[in-house]
Amino acid sequence: MAEVAAPHTKMRAQVPAARWLECVHCGLCLPACPTYLELGTEADSPRGRIHLMREWAEGRVPLTGEVVRHLDLCLGCLGCEAACPSGVRYREMIEGARVAVEQSYQRRWREALLRRLVVDLFPYPDRLAILLWPVRLADWMGLGPVVRKLPWVELVPLPLPRKKAAAALVPARGARRYRVALFRGCVARVLFPQVEAALVRILADHGCEVVVPGEQGCCGALAAHQGDRDRAVTSIRAVLRVFTEPVDALLVTAAGCGAFLRSYGHWTEGTELQERAKLLALRVRDATEFLSSLKLLPPARPLGRKVAYHHACHLAHAQGIRDEPVRLLQLAGAELVRLEEADLCCGSAGSYNILQPQLAQRLGERKARNILASGAEVVAVGNPGCSMQIQAALRRLGADIAVLHPVEVLDVAYRESTA
Amino acid sequence: MQWAHLRESLRTVVGSEGLIEPYEARKVYECDGYTLERAVPELVVLPASTAEMCAVVRLLHRAGVPFVPRGAGTGLSGGCLPLEAPVMIGTSRMRRILEIDSLNRRVMVEAGVANLEVTRAVTEFGLHYAPDPSSQAACSIGGNIAENSGGPHTLKYGVTTNHVLGLELVLPDGEAVWLGGWVDDVPGYDLRGFVIGSEGTCGIVTRAILRLLRNPEAWQTILAVFPSVAAATSAVSAVIAAGVVPAALELMDRLIVQAVEQAYHFGFPADAGAVLIAEVDGHSAAVQAEAEAVKKLCLDAGATEIRSAATERERAELWKSRKRAFGAVGRLAPNYCTQDGVVPRTCLPEILQRIVAIAERYRLRVGNVFHAGDGNIHPILLFDERDPQEVRRVLEAGREILAACVELGGSITGEHGVGVEKIAEMPLLFTPQDLIVMQALRQVFDPEQRSNPGKMFPSPGGCVEVARPRRQVPV
Ligand SMILES: Cc1cc2nc3c(=O)[nH]c(=O)nc-3n(C[C@H](O)[C@H](O)[C@H](O)COP(=O)(O)OP(=O)(O)OC[C@H]3O[C@@H](n4cnc5c(N)ncnc54)[C@H](O)[C@@H]3O)c2cc1C
Ligand code: SF4
Ligand code: SF4
Repeated sequence: MAEVAAPHTKMRAQVPAARWLECVHCGLCLPACPTYLELGTEADSPRGRIHLMREWAEGRVPLTGEVVRHLDLCLGCLGCEAACPSGVRYREMIEGARVAVEQSYQRRWREALLRRLVVDLFPYPDRLAILLWPVRLADWMGLGPVVRKLPWVELVPLPLPRKKAAAALVPARGARRYRVALFRGCVARVLFPQVEAALVRILADHGCEVVVPGEQGCCGALAAHQGDRDRAVTSIRAVLRVFTEPVDALLVTAAGCGAFLRSYGHWTEGTELQERAKLLALRVRDATEFLSSLKLLPPARPLGRKVAYHHACHLAHAQGIRDEPVRLLQLAGAELVRLEEADLCCGSAGSYNILQPQLAQRLGERKARNILASGAEVVAVGNPGCSMQIQAALRRLGADIAVLHPVEVLDVAYRESTA
Repeated sequence: MQWAHLRESLRTVVGSEGLIEPYEARKVYECDGYTLERAVPELVVLPASTAEMCAVVRLLHRAGVPFVPRGAGTGLSGGCLPLEAPVMIGTSRMRRILEIDSLNRRVMVEAGVANLEVTRAVTEFGLHYAPDPSSQAACSIGGNIAENSGGPHTLKYGVTTNHVLGLELVLPDGEAVWLGGWVDDVPGYDLRGFVIGSEGTCGIVTRAILRLLRNPEAWQTILAVFPSVAAATSAVSAVIAAGVVPAALELMDRLIVQAVEQAYHFGFPADAGAVLIAEVDGHSAAVQAEAEAVKKLCLDAGATEIRSAATERERAELWKSRKRAFGAVGRLAPNYCTQDGVVPRTCLPEILQRIVAIAERYRLRVGNVFHAGDGNIHPILLFDERDPQEVRRVLEAGREILAACVELGGSITGEHGVGVEKIAEMPLLFTPQDLIVMQALRQVFDPEQRSNPGKMFPSPGGCVEVARPRRQVPV
């Protein structure tokens, strides 16, 4: 039997007691949870995790490695929140639990180191770029496909794009309708600069002036997902300092960043930052959301290729953006094919594929098999993390299917029409 | 056999991923959708196939260890509470759709497949699996069979037993047998029918052959808003009296309407006393006529607003208010307890009055949502589990409501089963002789009563007052 634990003050400070009661234990969230579908274990289901977190908070279960393991295995994909009829705020629960875990649980050194690396490397584009040098070298020597068989390296897109400095300001072509700022994202800008370029082209062509502040860093999501509140708030403070110019919208191409930027108000609660954080959050728009509000003209020649759309969790579940990206694909003239389990997490989930490689791999392959079965030539994905994960999984299955951001798909259609 | 030895033997059968040992990971199995009572299993085993299931059950048989089956744990009567049974056997890893025979409209699935998955797998053939409990996205076919589950469309299409052609049962000694098969009307006793609704007391169902229905050529969903529940129930009676058999006929009272409105903003009027959802289906010509008839009868009964849906999207939107009603109630109070009873349809107004009176007497808030067409009521009692007095009042009020159902010629459960929740009410419905006969029948399958012990039947010689041995009620 378990030892008796005192009600856990750190956890209680994170999640108000009344939150737990919102879960009525109906289980309707089970089929929306990727980890439950793969493992079949209640402790790896939303209902089970809520149960565990509550038992821990209320002192009926101590915080053991076993509890931490089940919480760590949660992707944070929020499929459960979307499915829950009772309005359970799972996100606040799990994010609170992650902070409380870091405050009260001693991880084994290897794991702690890995987690440190994630928050010390990925949020810094310069460090990430240096880290990628060996891969760049291998690619140059023609060893790209070979090194992509290594863990971690498999996640790096092939070919690896060149580093490009973004212009600080891109004027609108023709009359200016909007002035927007671009949030570049730390991983996105290094690994997917072409998405940014595609977005800027479409925007400028449609009367938008684009401001790209040079000094911008990480939004803070990577740290927050690991329960590192202080570091997350530091990132938030820096972002608030950089994005001060008045703009109509703050555009994001990485769903993970967008979702986190929108939750700035929650993360700065009780600090002097909150007012500004809330205002910034109100301006945030996913690139697909903004573009589909612009009433764009369709390209002269429809794209005509078979495209499957994968719902990135941080778009569909966290921000409720489901139709807009699809509308862009329709506008591009893509032939949309039905993708089974389109809104089931692909296993990327921020740094999940690095911290939980086994389950991430299973989920990635599940996604890749569904994509293969859909008959698509292109998969459209609105988040860089998912793109890396899905590319790697498809490569593992030996499939040659392009993975593009919906904005890129549209850009391709426009360019093919004018070429 | 020693416990440690048994555990190792089980591990060799199901592997480490299929065996759940740590206390924390078992703790989450301490209850299903009925959270008033809890018990933590000593071990949870998740076999991945019939073969593994047989091996697991055989080991338990040799060791003389009782077990409790579990599907998705959405049950509302504590059916998979591990009472007097240290080992829980789950079907959550048996989720394969094995064979689709679209021409003959049959499908073979493993017991852990979720109800809605079946329909999803056969949509491309224009087919569906008819029983549609509100929990259909999550609940398993095995659980549906154990509870003989129904749903809104039960009125016209029947409950689970009408749609299961055959099932594979792993007997408590570890032997797998097929009852029924690919065809209807297997001669001899209907053992398949006996097992359906037996709540896991005959063994574990591992596979089933299900009947599929062709999607109706046309349908129309009608939602009518009434000023009072009485007006809505009289519409129900009128519809049935007129000879229309709707595919579904569902009623929600004021409290529930307010809850779903608050959660999903359907635009129901704030003073709506009840909402009735009716669905008619069949050939297009007939559907049109029936839908018009239903609308007229509703208006005659005093409906203040009528909406209808004829596209899949609109239909889903109308149904959403009903299908998500239970969950939406979760927003009204910290906890709720869903009762489940049946009365003859004509007694609906009467039972509703009685429920209101009982709730008032116990100072409880109650909402009603029910399958009106077949008189299956679901009073939902709201409470706060942190208030032990209130919890006790909920339990007592629930019992009185069930007694009232029986008095009106009905039953103590329409579809949620007896589980542990209603053991004490069984004698209201059955004589001691009835219960003895039932248990004798169960012994044919489970002579040692090792499959889901402590469920369905009051303890031997017991009556309503018999203390429940190992049930821990947190009051
Ligand atoms: C929100 C909500 C709405 C609901 N709506 C309805 C409804 O409209 N109609 C309805 O009928 N029910 C409804 N229910 C109740 C519940 O969903 C059903 O009883 C369902 O059939 C249970 O399935 P399960 O897989 O969750 O079974 P569990 O809860 O896991 O188990 C239920 C019982 O079946 C036994 N069992 C499970 N699997 C097997 C097996 N393979 N072999 C033998 N025994 C087994 C268990 O031992 C237990 O006694 C609802 C529940 C919820 C939470
Ligand atoms: S999180 Fe929501 S859907 Fe899941 S068990 Fe709790 S109330 Fe039900
Ligand atoms: S966030 Fe995703 S992985 Fe975590 S419990 Fe919810 S559905 Fe499961």
